[in-house]
This record gives sequence, C-alpha cells and structure tokens, in this order.
Amino acid sequence: MTIHSVSRRDFLRVSAATLGLSFAVPGLGVRAAEARGAERQKSFLTIWLAGGPSQLETWDPHPGTDIGGEVQAIKTTIPDVQIADLYPQTAEQLHHVSVIRSLVSKEGDHERAAYMLHTGYRPEPTLVHPSIGAIASHEMPDSKIEIPQFVSLGNSPFPPRGGFLGDKLDAYRVFNPGQSGQNLRPNVDNDRQGRRLKNLEVVSQSFRRGRGVRLDQTLHQHTVEAALKMMTSEQLKAFQVDDEPAAFRDAYGRESFGTGCLVARRLLEVGVRSIEVSLNGFDSHANNHVAHVNRAKELDPALATLFKDLSDRDLLQSTVVLVIGEFGRTPKINPLKGRDHWPTGFSCLIGGGGLRSGAVLGATDPKGEKAAPEDPIEVANLYATVLKTLGIDYTKEIITPIGRPMKYCDGTPIEQLLN
Amino acid sequence: MVRFPFPILKTLLPLCVVVGVFAIVATAARTNVVHQPPTESGRVAVETDPVVTQVDRLFARKWADAGVTPANPVDDLAILRRLSQVLHGTVPSLEEIRLFEADAGPRRIERWVQRMLEDRRFSDYFARRLARVYVGADEGQFVVFRRDRFWAWLGEQLQTNRPYDEVVREMISERGLWTGEPEVNFITAAVNEGNVDVNKLAGRTVRAFLGQRIDCAQCHNHPFAEWKQGQFEGLAACFGKVSLSAVGVEDNRKKPYTVQDRVTLKDREVAAGVPFHEEWMPADGTERQRLAAWVTHPENRRFERAIVNRVWGLMFGKAWIEPVDDLPDPGESRSSDDLLDVLGADFREHHCDLKRLVATVAATHAFRLSSEHVDFESPEKALLIEETWAAFPLTRLRPEQIIGAMLQASSIKTIDQNSHWVRRAFRFFQELNFVKEYGDLGDNELAEHSGTIPQALLRMNGEFAKDRSEGSPFTAAGRIAGMSPTADGCLDLCFLVCLTRHPTAEEVVQFLPQLEKSRGNERKDVVEDIFWTLYNSAEFSWGH
Repeated sequence: MTIHSVSRRDFLRVSAATLGLSFAVPGLGVRAAEARGAERQKSFLTIWLAGGPSQLETWDPHPGTDIGGEVQAIKTTIPDVQIADLYPQTAEQLHHVSVIRSLVSKEGDHERAAYMLHTGYRPEPTLVHPSIGAIASHEMPDSKIEIPQFVSLGNSPFPPRGGFLGDKLDAYRVFNPGQSGQNLRPNVDNDRQGRRLKNLEVVSQSFRRGRGVRLDQTLHQHTVEAALKMMTSEQLKAFQVDDEPAAFRDAYGRESFGTGCLVARRLLEVGVRSIEVSLNGFDSHANNHVAHVNRAKELDPALATLFKDLSDRDLLQSTVVLVIGEFGRTPKINPLKGRDHWPTGFSCLIGGGGLRSGAVLGATDPKGEKAAPEDPIEVANLYATVLKTLGIDYTKEIITPIGRPMKYCDGTPIEQLLN
Repeated sequence: MVRFPFPILKTLLPLCVVVGVFAIVATAARTNVVHQPPTESGRVAVETDPVVTQVDRLFARKWADAGVTPANPVDDLAILRRLSQVLHGTVPSLEEIRLFEADAGPRRIERWVQRMLEDRRFSDYFARRLARVYVGADEGQFVVFRRDRFWAWLGEQLQTNRPYDEVVREMISERGLWTGEPEVNFITAAVNEGNVDVNKLAGRTVRAFLGQRIDCAQCHNHPFAEWKQGQFEGLAACFGKVSLSAVGVEDNRKKPYTVQDRVTLKDREVAAGVPFHEEWMPADGTERQRLAAWVTHPENRRFERAIVNRVWGLMFGKAWIEPVDDLPDPGESRSSDDLLDVLGADFREHHCDLKRLVATVAATHAFRLSSEHVDFESPEKALLIEETWAAFPLTRLRPEQIIGAMLQASSIKTIDQNSHWVRRAFRFFQELNFVKEYGDLGDNELAEHSGTIPQALLRMNGEFAKDRSEGSPFTAAGRIAGMSPTADGCLDLCFLVCLTRHPTAEEVVQFLPQLEKSRGNERKDVVEDIFWTLYNSAEFSWGH
C-alpha cells in the first residue's frame, strides 16, 4: 500500500469524524459483540499484582497461627475454601475461578521474577522470551482489530514484552486507564494534520528512492499507517468509560485500577486478545497488614465485579482470567511488621476460558516451617495450562533470532484444572 | 541484604544523586572549545593508513567475488550526520553544519572525526552504549550497583583514551566501593538478592570481552561448540572468592568456591580455570587478576575480534558478525580476508586504542557508501547487497539517538559541554523520559528491530515532538520562522537542522508555496508543520 492512498483515506476519515459522521457508524465492533460463550475466540486477561502480594493476606490465610498476621479467614462460594477477610466481595464470586496455593519459582528479585511470571522462563542473558500475552496475540491475530491486540493498563514497572517474537508484540501501554491512550490525538487541527500527512508523503518518497525493499522491511511505513488507522478507529471507544452507567463505575471502583478492570472488559468485548491490568503496591517489606488492607480496598470490589460482569455477559467462557504477582511473601513477619519476598508456595486465582472452577490446588504449611508447599506447581505448568486452554500448541518450537529452537512453554498442563 | 522499605526514598534518592552529580560535573566540565574548523591534530592520520587500504581491498575483493557493484559514495554532509549519530548520539547543529560547509581545507572528514572523538559528547555517549555490554540494561540491585558512576568512569577512560585492555582488566579485577572505584560495578551489576551471581559474571565476561556465548554450558555441555560444563565452572570459580562488605568488592582468599555436583548431589570445590590456552593465565595474583590477564592476553585474538565486531556494530548499526557476541573461533592465524583479523591486528599494534579503531572504521570505503542502491528496488537482489555490505545498512536508531536528534534540531546552537548546564540537564531528563516511553532495546540492542505503533504515535502526537517543533522564540522552528528573510532560505534551514541536507526539487515544490503563501503568524505554523513532517519521516528515525 502506498502512503498516498492511505494518507488520503485517513485524511478523509479525520474530516468525517469532525463532521459528526462517526456517530453514524455502529459502535464497538458488532462482530466481536455477537459471539458469546464457548463459541467466541478466546482471550487472556491477567490481573497483575505488582510487588508480590502476600498469599497469607489474600487467598491462603492461616489465621491464629504464628505466621497468620492480623487477618481472619472468611467463607467463600467454594465449599470449604476460605480466603482473607479483606476480600468479602471476591469471596462471593470465587466459584467462577480456582485457587492455586502452591506455586513455586526460583526467582526472588522483582525484575527477574516479573520476567519469570510473565514468560514461564527464567531470565537468560542471550534471549528474551515472549510473555504469554504476546504469544496469544501472535498466535491468534484478528485483522478486524484496529487497536493493539495486547494492552497493558496501569503503571506496572515491568510490563510484558514481545521478546523474540518482536517489539511489535510488546504490550501497548495505557498509563491512565479510562482516558484514551496517550498520543492518540493529533496536536493540530484537521487542516494542518492533512497538510502534514501530505508533506510526509513527499519526504517519504525522496527517502524511498534507492531504498525501496529495505525500507519496506523496516515496517516504518506500516507502523505509521497502523497508527493513523488506530487514531481514527471506532474501537478506541473501548478505552473510555464515559458511557458506562455510574453504578457500574462505582462497583468497579473509580480509581485507576478499578477503571482499568472495566476498560479490560470493554477491550475483551471488542476482541482484544491479551490484556494486563496492574495494581502496584504489594511490596510490603514494612507494615505488611496495612499495605494489604489498602490494596484490598481497590482489588476486592474490582475483582468481584469483574468476575460477575464477565459471567453475566457470557464472556467468562472465552476469557482465561489469571490473578497473580511475581511472588508471594514470607510466612515470617519481620521486625518492621513486614513480609519479604517468597517465591516458594505462593498463590494465584485462575479461571474462565473453559477451565475448571471451584478447585483448590496445593497447600502451604500453617506453621511456616516447611518452605516447600504440598503439590508444588511450577510456573511453566501454569502457563502450559493457559496456552492449552487458549487453543495454542504450547509445545510449538520457535527458531529464535540466535538460531536456538525454543518451546513456547516448557511445562505440562495441570490436569486438575482442565475440564 | 540491603532493603529499603520506603518506595518513595528508593525513587527519590537515586534521582537526587543523579541531579547533584550532574550539576557538579556539568559545571566543572565546561571547557573552552573554540568554534572554528578543526585543524590537523596529527595524532592519527587514518585515511592514508595502510590498515584502511587493507580493509578497502578486502571489501573490493568481496564485491568482485559476489559480482556486485557497491553503492555510490555518500556526500560529506550525510557522513557528518552519520558520524554525529553514532559518535554523539545526536545530529549536527546548524552551527556545526555552517562551519563544516565553510571548511575548504584538505581531508575535511578526517579532521572532523578527530574533533568529534575529542568532544566530550563522544565519551559520554559511547560510554553509555558500551556500558550496556558490561553491566546490562537491568535496573540492578539498589545501593550496590551504581550505573551513573559506571557511566562516568567509563566515559573518563574513553575521554583520556586509556588502552582498552587496561580498562577491561580493571573491570574484571578491581576491588573497592561501587562509588569510589566505579569499575567494580561490573561485578555488582551481577548481584542478585545480596549474592554475587558468579555464573552471570562468567557468562558475561566471555560474551562481553571475548564475543562468545558460553552461558548455556552453565547447565549442560554446549551441543555444537566446544564448551563443556566443567570449563564453565572453572570460569565461574574465577569469581568465586568475590565478597561484598562495607569496603566494597573484595577477594576473600579463605572462601572456598564449591558447587553441588549434579550426580552425587554433594558439594565439591572447584578451582579457577579457563576453557583454553591455560598458559596465558599467570600463576600470580587473585583469581580475578589472573582471569583478566588471560582475557586480554596479547595472543588471545578473541579479545580484539570481539571489540572490533562491537565497534563495527555501533557504527553501522549492525555488527559484522551477528549475533554480536557469538563469534566463530578465530582461524589458526590472522587472515587478510577476515575483517576482524585485519582491524584486530591494527588495534593490538596500536595499544588497544579505541579512538583509533573508531577513526579507522570511519575512514573505510564501506562506511562512506550511500544507503541507496539500484538493487534495493528488487527483492531478489536486495539481499545480496545487504549481505555483502555493498550499501550502508538501514537500521533503527536507538531512542537516545532519536530524542538527541530532536533536541539538537530544535536548537540552532550546539548542545554540548559548553551549553548551560540547565540546558544539558534538560536534555538528560528529556532523554530518560523519551527512552522510557519509546521502549528500551534491552541488552540485545544490536539485534534487528522493527518500529512499533506506540513509537509512531509518540513521534506523531507526543509531547516531545510537539515541544521540539513548537515555533517559540527559544526553538529553532521559532527562530527560523521569525528570522529567515526569504521563503527558500527558511525551507533550507528547516531541512538542514532536521535532516542535515538540502531539500530535493520535489520537496521544494511541495513546501515552498506553503511558506510563500503564509503571512505573519502563519509562517510559524508552516514551519512547525515542516518540523513535524521531518521528525516523522523514516529518514529521521532510521540510520542510513
């Protein structure tokens, strides 16, 4: 496609939008809204709890023990399963998902562990593995999506990356969920934008001379065109929440994270393949309890509303939802009343996408003496489960840029979670 | 283990340190560089040097064998831009361009290369590029790892042109605090959870300094190279006695280095060792000093080949052999058909002089070729041109180079060590923010990268591009719009400051009427639009 045709078309689109024609176009992708239940193409949603949430103050409480801290346990909608009392709303919706209480990894540093928990691999010096979200977007492209197929909402310090699958599969970052993504509006009026694009066409032609094939390989033009397409796409509305009922917005929570979860649901409706919503602030080396109380105030309503909303809209069948952070926290409470990093025996919630719900896997020692949990689950096995559920061959080998073949995932699916 | 419970402190402390150091260094480093064309320094006369002739012959043979015609030489202004991008991480200022154009003396490029290498911008920028190889791109452990100090130290070594082998020996073997002896940050960059990761250090040493990947031998014998697990253990053992204390990095002689045997599951002691040519390893000194001597040993050709390939990569945007740190074993003896051997031999002969290496590469025929080639119009022939380096490669510029170019293009005057420190601090922080949003390339920055949509959006609609193209009295756009007496003079200036070239005939037809029609304030808008256009062109964000 030449820049000529594209820029002219986009110029027209810019003009059309200002004339109010955009409202004549049907809203959020009709196609994506149609399919429901198991018929729908699957997506992957991660709720990323950055900093490493304490398993004891979330899904694996041991109240009344030396390690239990100040939380109590409450009943949930899964029989015989209790979670921390900081999560009363989530407790009411827990039957939508399963609980894993025995995740193990070997990475106890934030950056390295975030890598491990995004990719299923330990960091290596000569290769960057793709995150699971990038693999899903890569394996299940959808040409009708004009906005990025992989979106990260919130200000996570270590966002998921495309790795050896390419920078184009890095998550598109929205730092302030609810506001349209950054850099989506031209800085000038339509007349000037049109003039600029026309100018660009001419300068691009000069540079093209004698470089045609090489220039095409750089994808420069392609990304400019895709960016222009995105700037005028109707699907951008999915990033905004203004037309959501106030009650809904309140239920999710109006803070950045709650809004992010609501935006995530809207992106799922459009057909975005992979989404991560992150909540920071779990790195509670001091005053662990207070930190977790504060985090729960945002996480509990957002998570509970999200589970319910996805279920009500029949989107849960097609969406694998994973609630996880880079590691857990030490059973032992340190002198600052904090808990430190703990990569052995931490928890996550996983469900949707046709996975079994209501299951509880693994258990940790209530006395905190044994480091290893019962039925330990490797991170790679968790992600083999996710990829299999999404319908992706997790054993597929990719020849990496350094010529070394590498499986998408080096684990085996967790049988107890598969239906 | 050092932990800081307060995230705010963790964020602010390094920032305060950086600002403080920056202000002090910036004030101290202001020197009087006379704004005149460079004179013959006589330090190295590379264009007529035999090594340049050797390299040029090597390429001539290569092209003849492949039956390709090399691209035409590129004009001098384009070379100036190329040099500015790879040596200073920015583009030439209008001030420099004017000086360059007026310079009618002999061997103009050569003199300008010399001057650019003496410029502090070279040591600052090149230090950052090389630092990635030595300490990686990860954040590293707070307190014990000080990237800013490492940058400053490495920059100083480059500025004074210390022999590269000495610099490497210091990184591997120095003792002391990460602040006082910043070279030890090579060691502390590998600190993970309070412990020195000796495996990481062993792998990085061989990759960074010898251009070979031994990392996989950490867990198993390399399937197709000669590396064995035992060899890796020996290398790791060279760092096995490193300990961290209040006085910094030390070698604790009493500490035995043990690993768990994979078969017996018992701990066994491992002695320091090297994978080949043990005779290069002296008997005396600490394990790290012995390793350093072995790595840089005059007969260890991997050492010179690795840095030649790296410098070639930094200058062309693409390493001679890829991946940049996985070179084949050197041949029995040096060959005049092997680029790394030819440049490597010269590098050794001249006491591992990095500036000379850079100047030599810059003097070669290959570096001065155009990136245009008739065969780039045909997909079948394009690959051959690329493989034989018959045209200058088109590569994605680093984010630092792009924001560096935007910042320089938005100023008429050169932003260098003579600029006011506020201006340079501004550049420093703009750069950090831009790199964050544009996306860092991580450790493997020389691997091929394509552009991304968020990058295109950032260039088109981001604050950076808006501010840098705004027609205010303080920006180049505003000053050009306000002060150019004629429309064509105005257009020419826009192209010079942004793209370091004059507009083509087609471009004049497109842009000139816009300028001619504009009245009063409109002209400012038109100039802003031209700046925006040029910032968003592939020509601006790709090395060519």
